[in-house]
Amino acid sequence: MREDFAGTKLDPAEARALRLEIEEFHAAYCAALDEGRIADWPGFFTEDAVYRITGRDNADAGLPVGLIYCEGGGMLRDRALAIEKTAMFAPRFLLHAVSNVRVLGLSEGTVEAQATYLVLQTLVDEPTTIHQAGRYFDRFARVAGRLLLRERQCVYDTVLIDNSLVLPV
Amino acid sequence: MDARATHGSNADRGFVWPEEGLARFPDWVYTSDEIYAREVERIFHGACWNYVALEAEIPAPGDFKRSFAGPTPVVVARGADGAIAVFENRCAHRGAEFCRPYRGNAREFVCPYHQWTYDLGGVLVGVPFRRGVKGEGGMPADFRLEEHGVRRLKVTTRRGVVFASFAPGTEPLEDYLGPEILADFDATFDGRPLKILGYYRNTVPANWKMYHENLKDPYHATLLHSYLVTFGLLVAGNRSAMIVDAKGRHGTMASAKPDTLDVPEESRREMRAFHDNLALADPRILDYVREFNSPWSVTMQTIWPNMIVQRELNTLGTRQIVPQGPHRFAMVWTMFGFEGDSDEMTRHRLRQGNLMGPAGFLGLEDNEAMKFVQDGIAKARPSAAVIELGGSEEGTSPNLISEAAIRALYRHWRDVMGV
Repeated sequence: MREDFAGTKLDPAEARALRLEIEEFHAAYCAALDEGRIADWPGFFTEDAVYRITGRDNADAGLPVGLIYCEGGGMLRDRALAIEKTAMFAPRFLLHAVSNVRVLGLSEGTVEAQATYLVLQTLVDEPTTIHQAGRYFDRFARVAGRLLLRERQCVYDTVLIDNSLVLPV
Repeated sequence: MDARATHGSNADRGFVWPEEGLARFPDWVYTSDEIYAREVERIFHGACWNYVALEAEIPAPGDFKRSFAGPTPVVVARGADGAIAVFENRCAHRGAEFCRPYRGNAREFVCPYHQWTYDLGGVLVGVPFRRGVKGEGGMPADFRLEEHGVRRLKVTTRRGVVFASFAPGTEPLEDYLGPEILADFDATFDGRPLKILGYYRNTVPANWKMYHENLKDPYHATLLHSYLVTFGLLVAGNRSAMIVDAKGRHGTMASAKPDTLDVPEESRREMRAFHDNLALADPRILDYVREFNSPWSVTMQTIWPNMIVQRELNTLGTRQIVPQGPHRFAMVWTMFGFEGDSDEMTRHRLRQGNLMGPAGFLGLEDNEAMKFVQDGIAKARPSAAVIELGGSEEGTSPNLISEAAIRALYRHWRDVMGV
């Protein structure tokens, strides 16, 4: 056991293995969103999961509001259902990129991790923009051998949102 | 640009209203730089009350908030005596926008450029090297600090809501709102102390007036917002009203949630949005905890010129319109509950918050639709909007299928704007 650059007390080999597993999780999660498979998105969470997107101004001030705020799998599935079946929005391409994955801790089967994310948005006949730049604050649980999100707090620096945020990040 | 400095009549500059009157709105209402400049001068800087803050954001002496009155940056600060001052966020010396954070607490404001110092009321209290160095330089002997504070606005508050006006003669807020609007305003701000839950901030690439029109247009609610209809929150035939003040400026779009979902077949056929085979896995988002002395479960109030009061079931918020030219505005949403809310009630408000905001099931659709409209009128050949629902009636309407409130607003707007 030693302190590594991330300030954790994980065994380095174990931390590296977890980081690789989490990076594979992020890649699968982003692929589902970028390919428009919104119905698959709730499957990346545990049934008791909490999901929130909020601006850094709120997070720094300890304010609880969420641009999207879901308690539990039902709310995650309802978000996916509403976006897929009822929401009106302009067609768009979205591209998620995740980097700087850090494994911060492991206790009682919960993995605590962070990452930075970018969401690039491209509307028809408009140039691509950086729609979101933020950080994931994640807690993973291992369910049937597979990592699932028990909590994801998406905190974005891009506080002034360009018009609307259609899909989760 | 000062409209009075331009030459020629409205007609010379292309501002000709269509002969159909208020049944047509020409594109230049939403696209002209000159019209926008005139709006800033006569509306936002005129005899209007601009919403600037909630008192709960600045509860203690020295608390301040960066805000906007219309398009103009202002600081809202609470002085040592508890009084609230609103003054321009513009140093009297060289014009620097000196207050940069969203919120904070301070004993005084110091412009970082040359350290001109203002008290919590915006009064200039210090100028470095005012007497020069060793008798040389410095300000003229007749320079008076009290004559060079930042410009202050007139301030009024009601039930914890702070308004400011650039015009000293602006009528009292109660008269400005009128009894019809005041009733629902006071139903939402019912005297319980507010608790701030957080902010959403977004831009909308559309003319700022479209936000008022959207909330004076109950026609769109059952058509654009499939979510409302699909899950039974609002259907044509619900008990509802579109209430307008005597001058046509403000409005309350009100509806009462039905206890059962029973949509007449005739209404279903008209609303392509209606999907009666979908159901929510977690319908808590639609719960209405009756906490207000009001017959309405939803009131969306448009307070001219820059405020919306959102009471959508139990998700509560103010929205501040910050115009940024004819083609864009920013919107600041301040979401709140009440001191004394249980933890479960706060979480209910947060869960229900998914309906609104720039990622809300309803909010995102409004923003998308307004972008569609601005794109259409700004790029296409000039034309005019057709505003004929409800015939030529203006003002309060007992049903949702009417544009009477929008026509009433534009009768007022044309009068103020002289077009």
